[in-house]
Amino acid sequence: MEKSAADLTPGQKGMVKDFTDEYISLKLLEMGVLPGTEILMKFAAPLGDPICVEVSGYALSLRVEEAKTIILS
Amino acid sequence: MKKAINVALVGNPNAGKTSVFNLLTGMNQKVGNFPGVTMDKVSGTYLHQEALTNVLDLPGTYSIYPRSMDERVVFDFLSDENAHDYPDKIIAVADASNLERNLLLFSEIIDLGQPTILVLTMLDIANKQGINIDITALEKEFNTKVIPINGRNGEGLGELKDEILNETSQDYKPFYDTNTLSPEIIPVIRDKFNLKNDYVAYQYAQQTYSKSFLSNEEKQFIADAKVKYNFCDRQFQTTETVERYKIIRNKLRDVVTKTVETEVKTRTSQLDRILTHKIYGYLIFMAVLLVMFQAIFEWANPFMDWIDMGFAELSALANEYLPSGILTDLIAEGIIPGLGGVVIFIPQIALLFCFIAILEESGYMARVVFLTDKIMRKFGLNGKSIVPLISGVACAIPAIMATRNIESWKDRIITIFVTPFMSCSARLPVYAILISLVIPEQKVLGIFNLQGLTLMFLYLLGFFGAIFSALILQKILKVKERSYFIMELPLYRMPKWRNVWITIFSKSKTFVFEAGKIILAISIILWVLASYGPGDQFENAEALVAQTHPELSNDVEALDHAVASYRLENSYAGILGKSIEPMIRPLGYDWKIGIALITSFAAREVFVGTIATIYSVGADEENESTIKDKLRAEVNPITGGPMYTFALGLSLMIFYAFAMQCMSTLAVVYRETKSLKWPILQLIYMSGLAYVCALIAYQVFK
Repeated sequence: MEKSAADLTPGQKGMVKDFTDEYISLKLLEMGVLPGTEILMKFAAPLGDPICVEVSGYALSLRVEEAKTIILS
Repeated sequence: MKKAINVALVGNPNAGKTSVFNLLTGMNQKVGNFPGVTMDKVSGTYLHQEALTNVLDLPGTYSIYPRSMDERVVFDFLSDENAHDYPDKIIAVADASNLERNLLLFSEIIDLGQPTILVLTMLDIANKQGINIDITALEKEFNTKVIPINGRNGEGLGELKDEILNETSQDYKPFYDTNTLSPEIIPVIRDKFNLKNDYVAYQYAQQTYSKSFLSNEEKQFIADAKVKYNFCDRQFQTTETVERYKIIRNKLRDVVTKTVETEVKTRTSQLDRILTHKIYGYLIFMAVLLVMFQAIFEWANPFMDWIDMGFAELSALANEYLPSGILTDLIAEGIIPGLGGVVIFIPQIALLFCFIAILEESGYMARVVFLTDKIMRKFGLNGKSIVPLISGVACAIPAIMATRNIESWKDRIITIFVTPFMSCSARLPVYAILISLVIPEQKVLGIFNLQGLTLMFLYLLGFFGAIFSALILQKILKVKERSYFIMELPLYRMPKWRNVWITIFSKSKTFVFEAGKIILAISIILWVLASYGPGDQFENAEALVAQTHPELSNDVEALDHAVASYRLENSYAGILGKSIEPMIRPLGYDWKIGIALITSFAAREVFVGTIATIYSVGADEENESTIKDKLRAEVNPITGGPMYTFALGLSLMIFYAFAMQCMSTLAVVYRETKSLKWPILQLIYMSGLAYVCALIAYQVFK
């Protein structure tokens, strides 16, 4: 089972490897979520979704569903 | 004076673009419309070295590939060389503390081929974060002029203005050559449209359908070429983005040096720990809302009273000093009160935008969106829908305009559809008078005021009306469009008060001119309908009343009132009221309320004024207590008891909570959706719901 960005717990880091969804990946790429970039899980919204990660030096929020499309190495 | 220069401002959201725009143009801003698209075009002018410069502020975007209504405008505008305001220069604004991502858009912009200046903002924040930027190296690597600007004190502004006038041209060198992706299609499109630049031609292929200035045949030509040369847009876009980032990272290696992580980010993290906390997060949000509503309703009140009195005074003055006649009547009873009906909302609109601007500037609004996304999603909305819904409490018009940054068409349509359910300020006068009439002033559980609770109930009714309508609409609308939520959470920072002030000023101005035109037109029409009637009955009102009520002949004032109400009954408005009486009788209303329903269709707040006229209270002494006394004394001709019972009051309040009685909102919905379908559906659905609920309320409590 491959690990996705949604599996990170707060404080954990991961390296972006690939994407499973073309439509979402285009937006993520524009926002600096590139293969080979480090992604740090910061915190989740009170209801567990969306989550906030640090990537390329800034805070990015996205839904768990979207974080699942980011495959980590 | 030299020829006017056009410049366009582009940049990421939160990059400080608005600050640069405000610094350049100050209060000389105006809102227009982009041709062919329903987007506000915010532009401004300034004079520097005797040259007039037009600055156009384009919506914030992360790349020139658009996703929302807002972003669609950016490329559309930058690629139409024949447009009259096509920019001579582009100013790309980039956040220095987040340079890499900001440069993606910049790299795309310079490839479009227009002279581009790179403006760096937030260098102070970058320095605090231990980021050092070698400006000279940046200029060299990216082949552009770089100007750092301090958004707070305007340092660097003079240099930017000089540079805008500087006509030495940069040598054009593509940042990323798209010919490596699709060499065949670019010359074909370049020749066909006579374009000066490869990247623009490539973008014609990438974004064929978002361009409003191309004809259908031209779009078909590009579509055919794409098939012929096997142009895979998404795959190319992915490669292009990844390659651009690679080049940017390489170039930045010698430009940016990082020392230590520091307190700016730590402070944001600490604040986030509290503001997005499981419990405190929502409590703080509730508290913010509470303060905001309190402010909108309490602080705005004295100003609204002054405006109200001012316009009443003006009306009286017009009556006194202008020669009597139809024109004076129209001015004193139609135009001045009509204008007053617009102007009176300025304090509330200004306060609302003051709060929203502060929340946005400080970075808290992004957290609110983040906190509410999951809840809103359950109802077919989006975290970003919270902003229009909150704004809707003041007025649905700016609220609906605020839906433009919602990327998903479906989420946006649903938000537009349900926003008018939120109890806007125009409902307040109606609620106020009805509550004071039918709800006793007593305490519940010792502390709560029953009248206050009723008012809260009405606001909640609006909110739940919105939420559940969204739920229904979500089930009905079958759209195969992905809704997604990918958003930057900016650092917390002190709002720039100059920006807040300019927002208040420009939004209020837009409101007055956009909504004002419509409300003014409607008030004139209403005045005509209420002042004229068909046939002898209207013409000879005085004689007829004197005949039927000889006992009034000694009391001039009572006679005047009787004549006025007789006139109203027989005016076109009165005839309309009577014609709908059978329909509204089950709700407990008579023809007099019917007139008020018709007149207040245009705008709810007209209800109070109409009721005042109908019950023959002179328009110049709009004293609430007299209206109330008259209403209280009104006898129901059928039951013989008082007309305004609890059941009738409740029924009316519920009707006003739900019914779509606002021409301006319908006009804005039409403008924003570009289709008659949505405003018509909204009108039928909301008014239908209002009718059914008011009917149930009346029948149950009667």
